[in-house]
Amino acid sequence: MSATSDAVWSAQGTTPDAIEAALRDLLAQRHAENGNFVPARVLNMIAFVDREWSGEIANRLRGVGRYHASRLLVLSYEPSRERLDARVMIASEGEPAQGELALLRETVVVEIGDRHLDDLLTIADPLVVTDLPTLLWSPHGHEEIVEELLKMSQAVLLDSVEEPLAREALDRAWALSSEAYVVDLAWLRSTPWRERVAATFDPAPLRAELTQMTGVSVRHHPASTVAATLMVGWLASRLGWQAGPLAAHQDALDGHARAGRHGVDVHLEVAPELQVPGLQSVELETASGLRLNLSRGTGGLRARLRDGSGGEEREWTIPGASRGETGVLGEGIRQALLRDPTYVPALESARAMLP
Amino acid sequence: MAIAASTESENPLTAGLERLPVAPTTLVIFGATGDLARRKLLPALYNLAHEGALPERFHLVGVARKEKAHEDYRRECEEAIRRFSRRTPDENVLAGLLENVRYVPGTFDDDAVYATLGKELDDFETRAGEPLNRAFYLSTAPSFFPVIVEELGSSELNHHDGAEVRVIIEKPFGTTLQEARELNRRVLAIFDEAQVFRIDHYLGKETVQNMMAFRFANGMFEPLWNRNYIDSVQITAAEDLGIGTRADYYDSSGALRDLIQNHMLQLLCHVAMEPPVSFTAEEVRNEKVKVLHAIPQLSAQDIPHMAVRAQYGPGHAGGEDVPGYLQEDGVPEGSITETYAALRLEVDNWRWAGVPFYLRTGKRLARKITEIAVTLKPVPHLAFSQDGSLGVQPNQLVLTLQPNEGVSLRLGAKIPGTRMIIRPVNMEFLYGTAFLSQSPEAYERLITDAMRGDATLFTRNDEVEAQWRICDPIVKYWSPANPNTPRPVPSYEAGSQGPEEANALLREGDRWRAI
Repeated sequence: MSATSDAVWSAQGTTPDAIEAALRDLLAQRHAENGNFVPARVLNMIAFVDREWSGEIANRLRGVGRYHASRLLVLSYEPSRERLDARVMIASEGEPAQGELALLRETVVVEIGDRHLDDLLTIADPLVVTDLPTLLWSPHGHEEIVEELLKMSQAVLLDSVEEPLAREALDRAWALSSEAYVVDLAWLRSTPWRERVAATFDPAPLRAELTQMTGVSVRHHPASTVAATLMVGWLASRLGWQAGPLAAHQDALDGHARAGRHGVDVHLEVAPELQVPGLQSVELETASGLRLNLSRGTGGLRARLRDGSGGEEREWTIPGASRGETGVLGEGIRQALLRDPTYVPALESARAMLP
Repeated sequence: MAIAASTESENPLTAGLERLPVAPTTLVIFGATGDLARRKLLPALYNLAHEGALPERFHLVGVARKEKAHEDYRRECEEAIRRFSRRTPDENVLAGLLENVRYVPGTFDDDAVYATLGKELDDFETRAGEPLNRAFYLSTAPSFFPVIVEELGSSELNHHDGAEVRVIIEKPFGTTLQEARELNRRVLAIFDEAQVFRIDHYLGKETVQNMMAFRFANGMFEPLWNRNYIDSVQITAAEDLGIGTRADYYDSSGALRDLIQNHMLQLLCHVAMEPPVSFTAEEVRNEKVKVLHAIPQLSAQDIPHMAVRAQYGPGHAGGEDVPGYLQEDGVPEGSITETYAALRLEVDNWRWAGVPFYLRTGKRLARKITEIAVTLKPVPHLAFSQDGSLGVQPNQLVLTLQPNEGVSLRLGAKIPGTRMIIRPVNMEFLYGTAFLSQSPEAYERLITDAMRGDATLFTRNDEVEAQWRICDPIVKYWSPANPNTPRPVPSYEAGSQGPEEANALLREGDRWRAI
């Protein structure tokens, strides 16, 4: 967030009450300075982070711009810490123009240690805005802490590609999905791909091909097996396929799904050249011989389509700017306010593929 | 888990997606080098491209009079996008968009232009290997609308095998009822109504769409939303600026035609319409048309009591002295064009009979604001004394469309102390504080909807004629050609609340809200 107007408070050896009082005072001060400063009231976000990585997390969150949560509570964890220290920052993106509002966004950083974990809810709960949805993010693991903080959260942000084992990542997301709405950055990275596959098959003549799918092949970043599996899981769940287990062959996973009376070959392959998490290409084939290949390109996705009549292959670019990892994180925060009904079914199919 | 099987009638892959697919389309902009295209349409197209929201295959053809090469036009598009886009362009996306841009020079009544255009459209399709939808955007002077439409018809570009053809027509849709009818007749002789998308860019604003959500997604207001509880409705669209460099356009239009005939009557419709049975284009527009039909047409005898016009005189704005309308560059001497118009309308139906709808708009008023104020009837009995208070005032619900979109409810509250003294307080909700997303520009939404064939946010033929039916008698009465039109036109000081004469429209006890 490119804040140009800040109010800051900090204290050592403080209490949640004192922090909350400081927040109220700072908000009142800002409003008294200029009545057009108003606090954003959209979303709370709790980030539970290891203190040694808190700078990196702060940088990532700073980049999300207008998707910054209205109140961000960073619980910065250092096991040996005894004292509760805190900083409060209230920032706007600038002075309000005449007659217009400027939103204030609040960041509270609380330094905690092991001795605070047993009563963590009593620290966090007073520091979020009542009646706003709360999004929880724990990028460094800490499953037990997440369990505890989920009691006050409605949505949880995770990035399945950060789990070392794909199957564990899917299981973790599955377990969380029974307790809160899961926003999985691995899923969001595939949104443009899903949109484009949906659009390609939207015209009625091509829509009929969806029932005739015979093969799906996805190339992905070495750490993004989960993203690739979710992509196939999405197709399986939307098209009514019965997904079977995938078997490993060097840098690839192969398997089949049942789509009514015919089978669909599934192939996931590592794309070592891909430098960022996510997908490199998606290729779909149907019984009529139609083949659609989407791949990352400059300025958008590169599409290649060969229709079933054996005609020549056509190639074009579908414009679209890369969101970058910061954009994906911002989108994740925004998605906490929405509900995508297709993620959990896709996750369920993906789990069937990665036994 | 099987959620849906693929059928021809639905695409199972679109569930859960925020952006619905748009069929491959070639967009043709007539008036491609004009102000609207440069400032609004091209930046809107870029932003759609940036977000990956353009169709799978998208091509743009600009048509305008000046001779120039494709490459020159691409450069002009690039310059306009860089200058007017709401975000800094991504170079690769911009290059990708411009790659599919072509230009056809010529006058709009020249058959050869349409022959060349047809070849360009065919060439795009040959390269795509499939028929592409075609959308013709008429961003020209209104006098060219029928000319272009008829040329499209005579060159058989109004239909296309295996694809949809649509025409998007900018405002103003006629300058009188007769012109609007004639234009509808000529357009509908070439295109079906389902192919025609008449733009009122107010309808593309999130704020206007939010009004439907406000009314129909919240159970607490609808029981009060009728003549039994509502005393009056005031719709204000005030601007603090003068006419700037638009004297030519503005002097031939005036405040009534510029804002009331289209935008403000649309706002009135959104306030007064019945809940549609579904949010399809036809159902929503049916309900709006019913409201317009329920507004009685004013007679020449009614107009002096129901409509007020005025011109701004010299005054002050933003701490500066500013000239009056007649002193602005380009304004003809002795012009009687109104820069302020106020109306009192009634909606004669079961829900609204007897409730006045006050509409006012003006240039060079105290500040820029667009709002709808719904004043409720006073409480029937007050159990406590009003001594020492500002008086118990009726509840007022204010929907602000700009600059700070929100909803405010005026309530009576007790002043802390030992006595029961009441003063009005406001309970406020501001949209800007409650959402993370940035609203898209109106044109981004409207172009996408037109390419998808969703006409909900466009004005239907009977709707536009019904709007003109209400305003036409006033246009004629205020016309310089009417020997009985009152002269001189009242004036108000620039930077003020508007003319005193507007108070004469108000029912006893009503007052204009402070701008």
